[in-house]
Amino acid sequence: MSIATRESYGNILIELGEENKNIVVLDADLSKSTKTAGFAKKFPERFINAGIAEQNLMGMAAGLATTGKIAFASTFAVFATGRAFEVIRNSICYPNLNVKVAATHAGITVGEDGGSHQSIEDIAIMRSLPNMRIIVPADDIETKQAVRAAANMEGPVYIRLGRLGVPTIFGENHIFTFGKGNLLKEGQDITIIGTGLMTSKCLEAAELLEKEGIRARVINLSTIKPIDEDIIIQAAKETNRIITVEEHSIIGGLGSAVCDVVSAYCPVQVVKIGINDTFGESGKPEELLTKYGLTVDNIYHTAQKMIGNKNK
Amino acid sequence: METMKIYANQLRIHIINMLTESGSGHPGGSLSAADLLIYLYFKEMNIDSEDKDNPNRDRFILSKGHAAPVLYGTLAMKGFFSINELKNLRKMGSFLQGHPDMKKVPGVEMSTGSLGQGFSAAVGVGLGFKIDKSVNRVYTLLGDGELQEGIVWEAAMAASHYKLDNLVAIIDNNGLQIDGTNDEVMKVNPLKEKWESFGWNVIEINGHCFSDMEKAFAAAKQCKGQPTVIIAKTSKGKGISFMENQVGWHGVTPSQAERARAIEELEKSNR
Repeated sequence: MSIATRESYGNILIELGEENKNIVVLDADLSKSTKTAGFAKKFPERFINAGIAEQNLMGMAAGLATTGKIAFASTFAVFATGRAFEVIRNSICYPNLNVKVAATHAGITVGEDGGSHQSIEDIAIMRSLPNMRIIVPADDIETKQAVRAAANMEGPVYIRLGRLGVPTIFGENHIFTFGKGNLLKEGQDITIIGTGLMTSKCLEAAELLEKEGIRARVINLSTIKPIDEDIIIQAAKETNRIITVEEHSIIGGLGSAVCDVVSAYCPVQVVKIGINDTFGESGKPEELLTKYGLTVDNIYHTAQKMIGNKNK
Repeated sequence: METMKIYANQLRIHIINMLTESGSGHPGGSLSAADLLIYLYFKEMNIDSEDKDNPNRDRFILSKGHAAPVLYGTLAMKGFFSINELKNLRKMGSFLQGHPDMKKVPGVEMSTGSLGQGFSAAVGVGLGFKIDKSVNRVYTLLGDGELQEGIVWEAAMAASHYKLDNLVAIIDNNGLQIDGTNDEVMKVNPLKEKWESFGWNVIEINGHCFSDMEKAFAAAKQCKGQPTVIIAKTSKGKGISFMENQVGWHGVTPSQAERARAIEELEKSNR
C-alpha cells in the first residue's frame, strides 16, 4: 500500500479535531494540496485560511496559541520554513508557543514544480531554532501517530511531510515514541539510518546486502530533534560504519545531526547520502530520486564500498 | 481625565529614569505612546494584575516592541510587578528584556520586537476569541514606521476578512523613524485611505488627548463586523522639550544632566 504522508496528516487531523476542540488548523491557500481541506469541511469554525501570506499564517497561529488553541499551521515546506522563518523564530519558538508547523511537499519529490518548490534545507533551518522539535515520519502509520504525539505535547513542533505516496512499512502495532529511533533490522557490519520516505529504501538496500552476506543494521530516525543519541552511539560502537539517508541537503539535516552525536561520543566513519549542495530541477519524483542518488542502488553500493575499504 | 494626565506624567518619569539607568533603549517612541498606554490600562481594558491569567481579560500586545519601557512602566504602575524592578531594564538577570518577553514579564501577553509580528499575533488572538465566542477584546499598538513591514498588511487583510470587531489597532503616528521622517525613508501616508481600503473602521485622534481616546474607544466598541484602527497623532519624545519631534532621540538614552532636566520639566507640568 502506498500513501503520501500529507494524506495521513489530513486524515488524522479530522480524528484529532473530533477529539479535541482546541485544535485549530490554518492554511495558506493550499488546503487541497496540504490535505487540510477535510478538516476545513468538517470544522469550518476552527479552520482559518490565511490566504497567500505565510508570515501572517505563522503570526496568527502564534496568537491563537496564546488563547489556548493547539494551532496546526500548514503550507508547503519551502514557504513554511523559508518565507516565514523569522516569524517562526520570534513569534513561535522564542515564546515557546503551542504551534505545530505541518509542512508538506518537502524534499525533491514535489517533482515537476522544480527547484523553487523543492525544500531541501528545511530540516537544517528548523534544527537551528531553540524550542523547535522536528519529526519526519516514514509512512502512514507513523505520520498519524506522530501528528497525534505533536498535538499532545506543549510547544512548537515541525512535522515534515511529503507529496509522493510512500510504501507502508510499519504495522498497526507500531509505536511511535517521540525522540526515539526504531531498530528495523539487526546487523553488525554497518548501520544505515534513514528518515522519511528514505527509510523504506534503506530496508530494501539492507535486503540486497544480506544476499551478499553483509548484515546491515537499519534504523528509522523520525525524530530529528531531539535526536536519539543512544541508538546512534550503540550503532556506531557495534557496527563502526554509518550511512545516513535523507531527502534533504547533506548540510544540516539528518546526516549532520547524526555526525554531531558520533563525533562527540564515538567517532566512526559516517557517509551522508542526500542532496549534494545543489538545487533540484523539474522532473518526475522517481527520476529526481535517481538523478540525485536517493536510491536503493546508491545505498547498496555505498555500503559495499565502505565495507570493502575497511577490509583492505 | 486629570488623573490620567498625572499617571502619564508619572509614567514618563519612570521611562526617563529606567532608560538613564540602562544606558540603552528607546525613549522617543516610548514617550509618544505614554498617554495611550495609560488610557488603555487604567480606563479601557478589562485587566487586573491580581487575576492576571483570568481567561476573560482583555489583551494588549505592544507590536512596536522596542517601546518596551512604556509597557514596563505601565505594567509596574498597574501592579504587575514592583516599580523598583524598572531600574533593572536591559540588565543581566533581569526579566525586563530589551524587548518584551511574555515568558518572563508578568502582564506581557506576547513576545514582540520584530516589527509587524505582534500585530499578526493580535489578529490570531482576535480569531481565538471569536472561535470561543468570548467577548474579550484585543488591543495592539503599532508604530507608523512599522507599517512598512509586509506582514502588517497581510494581517490587516485577514482581520477585516474575518470581521474581527474585537480587535483595535492603534497607530502611534509620530511620523519619525530611525533614519528620518516616514516620508523621507518610506512613505506610509495616506494612512486613513490605506486602512479604509483594507476594510477597517478608521478613527483619527490626537494621541495625547484623553477625551479623544474616550470617544474613539467607545466608537470602536460600537463598530460591528469590522476591526477598528485608531490613528493617533503623537509627538515623538512627548513631554520633554528637548526630545520632542527629534529623530535623534529614537534610540539614544539621556545623560544624568538630561535626566534631571527632563524630570524637572515633567514635574513642573504636573502642577
